Amino acid sequence: MHISKRTNISTGKAWLIRAIAILGALIVCAFVIFAIVKMNPIKVYISMFNGAFGTNKRIWVTVRDLMILTCIAIGLAPAFKMRFWNIGAEGQMLMGGIATAFFMINFAGKMPLPILFICMIVTSIVVGAIWGLIPGFFKAQWNTNETLFTLMMNYIAIQFTSYAVSKWENPPGSNSVGIINRSGATKNAGWIGNMFSKGYNVDYAWLVLITLVLAVAVYYYLTYTKQGYEIAVVGDSENTARYAGIRVKNVYMRTMAISGALCALAGFLAVTAVSHTISTDTAGGRGFTAIIVAWLAKMNPFVMILISALITFLNKGAIQIASDFGLNEYVSQIITGIILFFILGSEFFINYEVHFAKSHKE
Amino acid sequence: MEKALELKNITKHFGSLIANDHIGLTLYKGEILSLLGENGSGKTTLMNMISGIYYPDEGQIFVDGKEVEIKSPKDAFDLHIGMIHQHFKLVDVFTAAENIVLGLEGEKGKLDKKAVHAAVKEIADRYGFEIDPNKKIYDMSVSEKQTVEIVKVLYRGANILILDEPTAVLTPQETNKLFAVMRNMKQDGKAIIIITHKLHEVLDVSDRVVVLRKGKYIGDVETKNASQQSLTDMMVGRAVSLNIDRPHYENQRDTLLVEHLTVRDKEGVKKLDDVTFTARGGEILGIAGIAGSGQRELLESIAGLQHLEEGSKITYINPEGKHIDVNGMDPLDIINNNILLSFVPEDRFGMGLVGGMDITKNVMLRTYRRGASPVLDRKYPLDLSNKIVNDLEVMTPDVNKTPIRKLSGGNVQKVLVGREIECHPTVLMTAYAVRGLDINTSYTIYNLLTEQKMQGVAVIYVGEDLDVLLELCDRLLVLCGGKVSGIVDARKITKEEVGLMMTKVGGGA
Amino acid sequence: MNGFLNFLISFPTLLHSGIIFGTVIMYGALGEIITEKSGNLNLGVPGIMYLGGIAGLASTFFYENIYCVNNGVQPSAFLCIVMALVAAFLASALGALIYSFLTITLRTNQNVTGLTLTIFGSGIGNFFGGSLNKLAGGVGQINTLVTSASFRAYPAKLVNALDKVTEKLHFGLGTLLFSYGFLTFVAIALAIFLWYFFTKTRTGLSLRAVGENTGTADAAGINVTAFKYLATCIGGGISGIGGLYYVMNYIGGTWENQGTIEALGWLAVALVIFATWKPLRSIWGSYLFGVLYWAYFYIPGLTRSSQEIFKMIPYIVTIFVLLMVSMRRKKEDQPPASLGLPYFREER
Repeated sequence: MHISKRTNISTGKAWLIRAIAILGALIVCAFVIFAIVKMNPIKVYISMFNGAFGTNKRIWVTVRDLMILTCIAIGLAPAFKMRFWNIGAEGQMLMGGIATAFFMINFAGKMPLPILFICMIVTSIVVGAIWGLIPGFFKAQWNTNETLFTLMMNYIAIQFTSYAVSKWENPPGSNSVGIINRSGATKNAGWIGNMFSKGYNVDYAWLVLITLVLAVAVYYYLTYTKQGYEIAVVGDSENTARYAGIRVKNVYMRTMAISGALCALAGFLAVTAVSHTISTDTAGGRGFTAIIVAWLAKMNPFVMILISALITFLNKGAIQIASDFGLNEYVSQIITGIILFFILGSEFFINYEVHFAKSHKE
Repeated sequence: MEKALELKNITKHFGSLIANDHIGLTLYKGEILSLLGENGSGKTTLMNMISGIYYPDEGQIFVDGKEVEIKSPKDAFDLHIGMIHQHFKLVDVFTAAENIVLGLEGEKGKLDKKAVHAAVKEIADRYGFEIDPNKKIYDMSVSEKQTVEIVKVLYRGANILILDEPTAVLTPQETNKLFAVMRNMKQDGKAIIIITHKLHEVLDVSDRVVVLRKGKYIGDVETKNASQQSLTDMMVGRAVSLNIDRPHYENQRDTLLVEHLTVRDKEGVKKLDDVTFTARGGEILGIAGIAGSGQRELLESIAGLQHLEEGSKITYINPEGKHIDVNGMDPLDIINNNILLSFVPEDRFGMGLVGGMDITKNVMLRTYRRGASPVLDRKYPLDLSNKIVNDLEVMTPDVNKTPIRKLSGGNVQKVLVGREIECHPTVLMTAYAVRGLDINTSYTIYNLLTEQKMQGVAVIYVGEDLDVLLELCDRLLVLCGGKVSGIVDARKITKEEVGLMMTKVGGGA
Repeated sequence: MNGFLNFLISFPTLLHSGIIFGTVIMYGALGEIITEKSGNLNLGVPGIMYLGGIAGLASTFFYENIYCVNNGVQPSAFLCIVMALVAAFLASALGALIYSFLTITLRTNQNVTGLTLTIFGSGIGNFFGGSLNKLAGGVGQINTLVTSASFRAYPAKLVNALDKVTEKLHFGLGTLLFSYGFLTFVAIALAIFLWYFFTKTRTGLSLRAVGENTGTADAAGINVTAFKYLATCIGGGISGIGGLYYVMNYIGGTWENQGTIEALGWLAVALVIFATWKPLRSIWGSYLFGVLYWAYFYIPGLTRSSQEIFKMIPYIVTIFVLLMVSMRRKKEDQPPASLGLPYFREER
């Protein structure tokens, strides 16, 4: 058997290989589910579809989770484009969430809503930027391993979140913040859907709107701006960047600040538009999943939406199956894992050609 | 004498290039054979086929009289052939002893350090090495690392040793030590091939010399019958007329002053030593020298990519006659000070271009900053790319989709040179601008450089082909071991004279 | 002052908790050290620990509560231990095998593949753990009494005797030194063995060469692929024992769905950095992490919120070590030089 790097592959063929991989993954998942619940795999997928899109509410929930996941992945895109392994989205997101919740809890009713929102957004961005800048700074100055650094920063952020929760817990002793501004004079203050009107769906509409705007903005930034161009050059070859007069260290720090800020914005959205509370589950591992999304999408925000959609659909579907059969919802993680393994593996067949010695024709 | 190794009709192609063309060679036991040739003459390729890194397209190899197939470095080991590469294959955090035994199976799983040390010491004593088995590689000087490599090969029982330019990294004293060791190994019956460019070393250490030129076997002489002059003649061959136009530009002016330039590499070794010269607008200044004599560091220093030692001074004189001190500037400072400097580096993808990007994005690498807008201007680079593609006849499916890495070498180089010229430089530096290119593309590049010269640009051309250097350039600066061994008029000097200056004889340093 | 004195008196107890806790991450870290020595950065450690934990728990749960009950026999302690260890090791090694196949053979990115393994492993662990809980009648209702007890058994006589000696000093020497399940001592032995293996054996040397300079190892005739596969799978198996230890020794043979194993898995990855890839340093490093993790419990006057801040310390210390390592550039403390890099021999 002989393996060689493909020199060229048509886009169509590449997508065909990915489609085959996803199909393969769905078949394997079907077998897994069948082994557990002994149910016709076709019905399983119908049931999963129902779980994700069965009712209006479910559609909105699916869209909501899909958007948050996309939003984090978008935040990671600039860092990854620079080949900087930002594993710290989980922490950056939480820091943004804390900043948001801080204003919602302490300043609701004390300042006009627009000012409150500006404070929430600006503080999230600043805190996230700092959280991203720290590992970026050390990478630039001393080449400190960013994978491990950002990973550790996550847990500091998680402990920080636990700290915030214990400070703000409501009611006392519940070890949770509860829904912030659920009722009373400050009812719905800081809930983004309440800026102009009331109601859940408006919250989600804002979420969708902001995420799509961010997707376009980050795509534009990376593709059409001078800074985006610098990021791509640094990511491809630091030496070329230096040759072209790009100050590599500055690009590292600037880009990580941006990446951290964007991930923090995802945290802002998760609090103001989705949960209206803060806990360590605000990120809930999605910061890690988003890394895989961003990587598989090759840093293209629009492809990220597709991949997030696939993952979210499987998640929701699996949770539906779980509740139909009285299983627990962790089955969704198993299925997500399997499908990601398949998609990851398929990249090999896109990048490499495998020749089998016997069938090799000269 | 008994034959240790015999090669017959060895041929190796890389694409359309013939690196080795039906080469035959014999190596006897107890002899030191020098393999001599210019860069690109095919020496290393030939040796790599003996040590199992490449596999020949044609030809036979005999070891101890038996025909063998060498498919991997392990096959070579098993035939007792060991090669010491220019780039050492050592694990930095291991000790000398650990590197020496790496990958070998012992009788026991446990690493018996005492036994290894004793064996290493035995080898060291036999041949006169100095080696500390407990010293870590990262603490070692280059020559100590080389010693470890040689001992490693001997420990594995090598009878045929190949040393690829071993003296390039050594001081004269270290070189003498190495030669003493080599003579001891020869006494012991080992057969040794040494690749080197330095003629006095060839005459000093070897018994016989084999000369290659442009992939072909030229001849084989007993060292005692050879002289530096006769070897140089064999190596460079008779001057070939290339018919490159060399018009004269009347209004030459000094453009770049380099004074006492000294640069050290990461290990602290001097790569450039007190280099002083002037580049003039309206002439092509050729830089000649064996590869690795400091050419890369010289150009990178001017481009702001090297750390300069105290006392070095680089001054740029702009068209208005103003002197600007370039010392300590990084490439962005150079751009911001409006110093019009273009640079075609040796490593096209590692430095000059971004392999994963298309032509347009590579073309904008120099100019993307233009204008106050934070948004890239895509129109200008696109027009420029089309212009370069049309003017230089770059073969490409498109200018804004296909990554440039997928284009052929000649087309890649046209884009790079085209881009640098389109910056309208006053100083244009090129390193090995025609390496790997076909004849037609090479002439295109020569013409472009001459055109630039006739527009008053100071062109600095680092090259390896002496015929080209002598016909293209107005003046030649010859480097040898980081020092200037002479600056001469290219119209008046002969190829042989330059050849001798490159190997540090005959030139006035 | 009084508070400090109290803390001092309670320190042996704190150290005791620290050792119990530290052993979990010590296994995780030792396994990951082996993996990383071969140049693979496996961020799937948390997932692998889940796999080890659930496989050990499920196998003995069915043995104790189904097989033995149905057949009316007493569970054999020996069989319980062997079964749990083998199941945990194999399941975790299998998880690492997925990672190896993807990263080594299919050349996928190590970070992304590792994170996917963490998602997958925690899914498997929590899914089956949750199902077992349900089967057993609720959270915390799973019991694998015999297995857990065998894992936790310690030489009580010796401990009591030694405790008596130091009774007057208000601490129990026996408790501090010996009141641990056998896996605690196996972990120490393993760390010492790994130190010996890495520094004194030819195979260990070859393994390190693969992680340091893959090209050189390849040129020296070492089968790089085989080393990477084996190191990653065996390393995974050992990390998985950490998950088993957590389930059997730490929480007493049951399952909880609180994501604790995941947090411990990341702490294990942190410990690898803290120990600068040296097995011996991971011994005291893990106990230090354990002490730091539990210190809040023994420091009087801490509110719940300041406790949370306290729990950051292991991670902050790790970052500090990471910074020191990168700033001082001491060669001995660096990560394996090829860590995280894919290796392809140039195709001819």
